[in-house]
Amino acid sequence: MTDLSKNFGSLEAVKSIDFEINDGEIVGFLGVNGAGKTTTLRMITGFLVPTGGTVYVDDLNILDHAYEIQKQIGYLAELNPLYSEMSVYDFLEFIADIRKIRGKQFKEALARVVEQCGLKGVVHRTISNCSKGFRQRIGLASTMIHDPDILILDEPVTGLDPNQIVEIRGLIKELGKEKLVLMSSHILQEIQVTVDRIIIIHEGEIVADGTNEELMSNFMGNVHLTMEVKDATIDSVSNIESAIPSVKFLNSEPKNGHQILHLEYSREDDPREELFKFAVDSKWIILSMNPHTANLEDIFRSLTVTGGANA
Amino acid sequence: MRNIKTIFLREIRAYFNSPMAYIFLVIFAIINGYFFTNTFFLINQSDLRILFGIIPIVYLFFIPAVSMGLIAGEQNTGTIEIITTLPITNSEFVIGKFLAAFTLILLGLAATVVHFITLVYVGTNVDYGAIFSGYFGLALIGAAYASIGTFTSSITENQVVAFILGVFVVLVFYLMDKMLLFVPSGLSGFIQYLSVEYHLSNISRGVIDSRNLIYFASVVGFFLFLTVQSIEVRKWR
Ligand SMILES: Nc1ncnc2c1ncn2[C@@H]1O[C@H](COP(=O)(O)OP(=O)(O)O)[C@@H](O)[C@H]1O
Ligand SMILES: [Mg+2]
Repeated sequence: MTDLSKNFGSLEAVKSIDFEINDGEIVGFLGVNGAGKTTTLRMITGFLVPTGGTVYVDDLNILDHAYEIQKQIGYLAELNPLYSEMSVYDFLEFIADIRKIRGKQFKEALARVVEQCGLKGVVHRTISNCSKGFRQRIGLASTMIHDPDILILDEPVTGLDPNQIVEIRGLIKELGKEKLVLMSSHILQEIQVTVDRIIIIHEGEIVADGTNEELMSNFMGNVHLTMEVKDATIDSVSNIESAIPSVKFLNSEPKNGHQILHLEYSREDDPREELFKFAVDSKWIILSMNPHTANLEDIFRSLTVTGGANA
Repeated sequence: MRNIKTIFLREIRAYFNSPMAYIFLVIFAIINGYFFTNTFFLINQSDLRILFGIIPIVYLFFIPAVSMGLIAGEQNTGTIEIITTLPITNSEFVIGKFLAAFTLILLGLAATVVHFITLVYVGTNVDYGAIFSGYFGLALIGAAYASIGTFTSSITENQVVAFILGVFVVLVFYLMDKMLLFVPSGLSGFIQYLSVEYHLSNISRGVIDSRNLIYFASVVGFFLFLTVQSIEVRKWR
């Protein structure tokens, strides 16, 4: 998609976002509530028309070819709306019918999704009598009935209990082997283990995009080191940067007659040995040394504090 | 075409899966039956003219009630998001919905055939032609009103609002020729042409003129077109 944007009146819900996803990728679309995930997914699926920019699926433009694109997509909307007065069977038959899957083909497709989504035993139940977990699977089954190349799932595991999350995750992971899956979430842990790549959206803008590892190295190149020392003179502390160029001195604070030094260094060259020698040479006594690598959660949090998009 | 049928069948099943359809039909039959039998034996007429006068009035409430949930319901529960993201056009969706409501109306009309049968047994010199054209006219207004109800159901997600708006618009069409006195004479021909009553009276006299048919077809076409547009503009909000 290119330069995709959507305004609701004066509210810019999505501001000119750009990304490309390829076959066989499982992509997590991560952002806090109100970040613009649902709005973006709705533009991809043709439920909303973009204010600016457009979405391409295999060179087809959503503005001109919504119909063709919708044939290739399976979409699970955020609140998983279902015709609750229908039986599971009737509902899936209805969706399949619109997707031109009928007769023997439908029976086969039904058997496949019932198996994949674990719907055995509820096929003839009325949807309104199904539990939340089952309703989610019914929604998922309806998005997969035509075996689409692209699955778009808006918060597919939100609100499920941990066991159900594990099951749905497994299913998505399995599907993602051959399909393009784009799933959103506002909880990192929900998708971190499932997806190959994470796109973080904040206030309608993409603030990070990459694999787990890429995000880690981009945003956590720096290790934060907290050192507690005794007998450090101001002079010797201020020499630290010139003595060990790979270390950045952040600040120091006194504590119980000791000093706490906050230092930062890049992950690639760990200066802790040199630091130790420097401390000995400067006649400091090291009481503790705690390197702290931020985890993905810290990154997500720091990227999505309001106004912290560029932090 | 096939998609229209799919939407239509789903809707018909939804009607009959809930008590709605039965309640509508029973109420429709009771009201018509009550007024009809009360007056029938009084006047002892051998036609269904009275019935054909009552039904358009019952329609004013019956049809908006039958159609209020068609699209408003889907907007309320969110299932409209399933529909609009499936490979199906808005027109197919709207026509399927409209036909379902229209079918329920025809079923309601069919239930009044008992009065016709009574007439055949007790009446003399039954004018079958007039009865046929009377029913035909009722089916046509039924279609026109159903298209209006479908439209008002598409502009809100609240079924009660859809019902009230539906009654209002239908009433305007129904009363239009009674308002002729209040419009400038230059406009009165036009207003008369828009009025349902004008075309209905022609048809129930047994004159089935293509102008009258074109009128009803245009009303249905116009409101279904508006319905499609009203669903379309939601994407552009
Ligand atoms: N239909 C709408 N009308 C007006 N504002 C909307 C509408 N849908 C979403 N918004 C606003 O757009 C922003 C993004 O919402 P959304 O895409 O639902 O975020 P997310 O799915 O990431 O929680 C929010 O501020 C939300 O209030
Ligand atoms: Mg959302």
